Amino acid sequence: MSWETVIGLEVHVQLATKTKIFSAASTAFGATPNSQACAIDLAMPGTLPVLNKQAVNYAIMFGLAIDADICQESVFERKNYFYPDLPKGYQTTQLEKPIVGRGSVTIQLADGSEKAIGIHHAHLEEDAGKSTHEGNLPHGMSGVDLNRAGTPLIEIVSEPDMRSAEEAIAFAKKLHSIVTSINICDGEMSQGSMRFDVNVSVRPIGSSVLGTRTETKNLNSFKFMEEAIEREVERQIDLIEDGGIVAQETRLYNGDTKVAKSMRSKEEANDYRYFPCPDLLPVLISDATIEELRQALPELPDARQKRFVSQYALSDYDANIIANDSNMSAFFEVVAEGSNNAKLAANWVMGELSGALNNADLNFSGSPVSPQQLAGMVARIEDNSISGKMAKLVFEAMWKGEGTADEIIQAKGLKQVSDSGALEKIVAEVLDANLAMVEDFINSDESKRKKKLGGFMGQIMKASKGQANPQQVNQILLQKLNELL
Amino acid sequence: MHNYTIAELIKGLQNNEFSSVELTQHFLDRISQINDDYNAIITVTGEQALNSATLADQRLSLGDAPAMCGIPILHKDIFCTDGVRTSCGSKMLDNFIPPYNATVVENFARDGAVMLGKTNMDEFAMGSSNETSFYGPVKNPWATDSVPGGSSGGSAAAIAARLAPGATATDTGGSIRQPAALCGISGLKPTYGRVSRWGMIAFASSLDQAGPMARTAEDCAILLNCMASFDEKDSTSVDKNVPDYTASLGNSVKGLKIGIPKEYFSEGLHPGTEMAVRKALADLEAQGAELVEISLPNSELSVPAYYVIAPAEASANLSRFDGVKYGYRCENPKDLHDMYCRSRAEGFGEEVQRRILIGTYCLSAGYYDAYYGKAQQVRQLIQQDFSEAFKSVDLIMGPTCPSPAFKFGAKGDDPVAMYLEDIYTIATNLAGLPGMSVPCGIVEDKPVGLQIIGNYFDEARMLNVAHQFQQITNWHQQTPEAIS
Repeated sequence: MSWETVIGLEVHVQLATKTKIFSAASTAFGATPNSQACAIDLAMPGTLPVLNKQAVNYAIMFGLAIDADICQESVFERKNYFYPDLPKGYQTTQLEKPIVGRGSVTIQLADGSEKAIGIHHAHLEEDAGKSTHEGNLPHGMSGVDLNRAGTPLIEIVSEPDMRSAEEAIAFAKKLHSIVTSINICDGEMSQGSMRFDVNVSVRPIGSSVLGTRTETKNLNSFKFMEEAIEREVERQIDLIEDGGIVAQETRLYNGDTKVAKSMRSKEEANDYRYFPCPDLLPVLISDATIEELRQALPELPDARQKRFVSQYALSDYDANIIANDSNMSAFFEVVAEGSNNAKLAANWVMGELSGALNNADLNFSGSPVSPQQLAGMVARIEDNSISGKMAKLVFEAMWKGEGTADEIIQAKGLKQVSDSGALEKIVAEVLDANLAMVEDFINSDESKRKKKLGGFMGQIMKASKGQANPQQVNQILLQKLNELL
Repeated sequence: MHNYTIAELIKGLQNNEFSSVELTQHFLDRISQINDDYNAIITVTGEQALNSATLADQRLSLGDAPAMCGIPILHKDIFCTDGVRTSCGSKMLDNFIPPYNATVVENFARDGAVMLGKTNMDEFAMGSSNETSFYGPVKNPWATDSVPGGSSGGSAAAIAARLAPGATATDTGGSIRQPAALCGISGLKPTYGRVSRWGMIAFASSLDQAGPMARTAEDCAILLNCMASFDEKDSTSVDKNVPDYTASLGNSVKGLKIGIPKEYFSEGLHPGTEMAVRKALADLEAQGAELVEISLPNSELSVPAYYVIAPAEASANLSRFDGVKYGYRCENPKDLHDMYCRSRAEGFGEEVQRRILIGTYCLSAGYYDAYYGKAQQVRQLIQQDFSEAFKSVDLIMGPTCPSPAFKFGAKGDDPVAMYLEDIYTIATNLAGLPGMSVPCGIVEDKPVGLQIIGNYFDEARMLNVAHQFQQITNWHQQTPEAIS
């Protein structure tokens, strides 16, 4: 039997506010445990939440970015359950009236096709703290770090519109691209800024009934997400084909050990006893606020892609890759503007630079080569000061912090010789020194002569220490040899 | 000095008849002599009080000090006090010392009032008799075999016993008005949102409201002037100008329309209480007020609606007391689940556990619509009853509670009988309206109260009428025999 995969995502996005959603404590990552937890975050008796307006604005901006309905009266509710990293014994979240209603996100697939993925809703909520059971703790004790408790999140809930891991990853990447483009999230997946819960089910192709789904929680890399989906689909199909049934359950996937396991069954699920939070008033959003945020909304990835095609004459493919990464886009635009050759700028940003950053596990904002430096280098290729081959040496030197392209070209004497007088002299010298090769060239058939040119080129480049402009050398060489025929 | 009202003490301080230090010492001495008889105060902050009094005297000597400067008061132990244990009447918080002040506490400190200590209360404000306190019951100064009412029974009894001229209290379903009535003092629950809830330990957040207790309406006005404020730290606090509540006390009651809800004079009302309340209304009529019979048809639904909404909110509000971060933690828990279960089973008393269970049940899947959803609809109906009534009357009056103070243990085995103590007071909490109780008679040697319900933010008019009533009657000046 052939099977169809059905995937829906729940995505937790940490909002890039300076302070928490209901308190004035900092949200900065990586501080000493519990150093960023105030009385409100610790749920001290008598403390009360006050809603962070910036978090609300960020949620509205996300809604506008996916062309969703903004709920002008949304309500916070309490989701009740006991856990040590949930200080109040309930999470303040939204259920019946979420701030962002139905919307849609378009993804591009490898074959060039596009697909719209529905967003069911997105709601505002607070993050929990972290429990740790490892590290420098006395035997049998667990630690609780409440620095993360109260960090604002939007939870984005998709429709079950994805049919493969590829589509799910494309959707996840697109969301990442949107939230970082409108600056509501730093996008640092390794720090938990975006976390994915994946709902997966399978059904016979042609069936319109959904199969029983499982939810794999808390995936924080695209790679792990892809692995987790592929394994889960395989597990479910094997199970059904062997006569078993899929149990509705919550699962965990460990990306390091590649092991997936069941966390809890449907029967073990909590009754969260949601009810409206009496400490917070309904969130009222005016038309004017929505309009103001709409006007100020930064460029979205789709619009940016179109602009890159029209403004810089990039191919759809290149524009898509760059536009969907807001950091890469910002980097690219500085290089393109500063070098006067957008195509070449795009090649360097997507190729050499991306590769080097990837190898060094760095992102664009942490690049050792600044966009201005790279622009300076591309400009030297553009004006024929250096060849593409020399440029790679210049790039390596810039990466190591040896200065600007011009400084490096100067210091290493990499400047391309394009002065035709000097080049003619070198060509003449090489021809004089290799009379046997010249004779061989003259006596060869015309069809074989082209191939023999390479030998001369090699000698000439060697004589010029690689600095001769290859196009010019080619021209001069042909001219001189033709004169001998 | 302990027989002076706050208004009289303010004059005495400003005319240098005595100093705040002398006044404070006088009350501290009195507390150490007779508090044990009533168990009204559970923490005395003597040294801190005398330091505050010294500072208040300096401020008074410079002139132009706020009215409350140098006046000794008590805070209900539900208000967080920086560096001073705040137990909420519970074993759960017996070891809890907050590192911050409630806004109410802060407001009094700002004006130079002197905190003498913290008053006893029903555990987490859940109770109408003060029998649920971890620190033992408070005794009614009028009859020590009887309850003082609750949950602010400690504050009410302390004032009746002249241990302080005024105190803070809170009211979720009648917890200011009922003990005020039973102890023969005046108490006001303001409009929801008038006084900040920051630092006030939550019972039912949508109903809780802090207010003043004192012997007279005038003193309540002076205390409310200090307590009421808009507070950005409380999202349900209302940003509305706080008037000088003492300014309109002298207004005449002539032409005032007073609504008398017929539902408040039905079965279950003690005949003595009814007679006292009707006499009080006649006294006001004689002063030119007009009595109008009205109907609040959904009154009988207020107790059942309240006992769904309040426990539902409480069940979530009290989840934070889990033994993890502060408060009581059981000995030698064998795992996390055991720590949760035993810390809460050992740390909370029976009534608190009962309400957590009721609330948890009402919010559970499959029951939410039938209980919590329905109760919210009833709440709407009760609000509509009142807004309809206030179209034709200025104030609503009736009894504060069905009968005078009952004896200890009388209702201990019957939670529903206890819950009916608040039958006349609960509706105003559900509607968010202000309510007040002033003494209006003595029945079976114990005081009873007249309840005054006002429209939203109409506290000034309520205090005005209460004050005028106290100009023509002397019920508020009656003193328990043991005290005089």
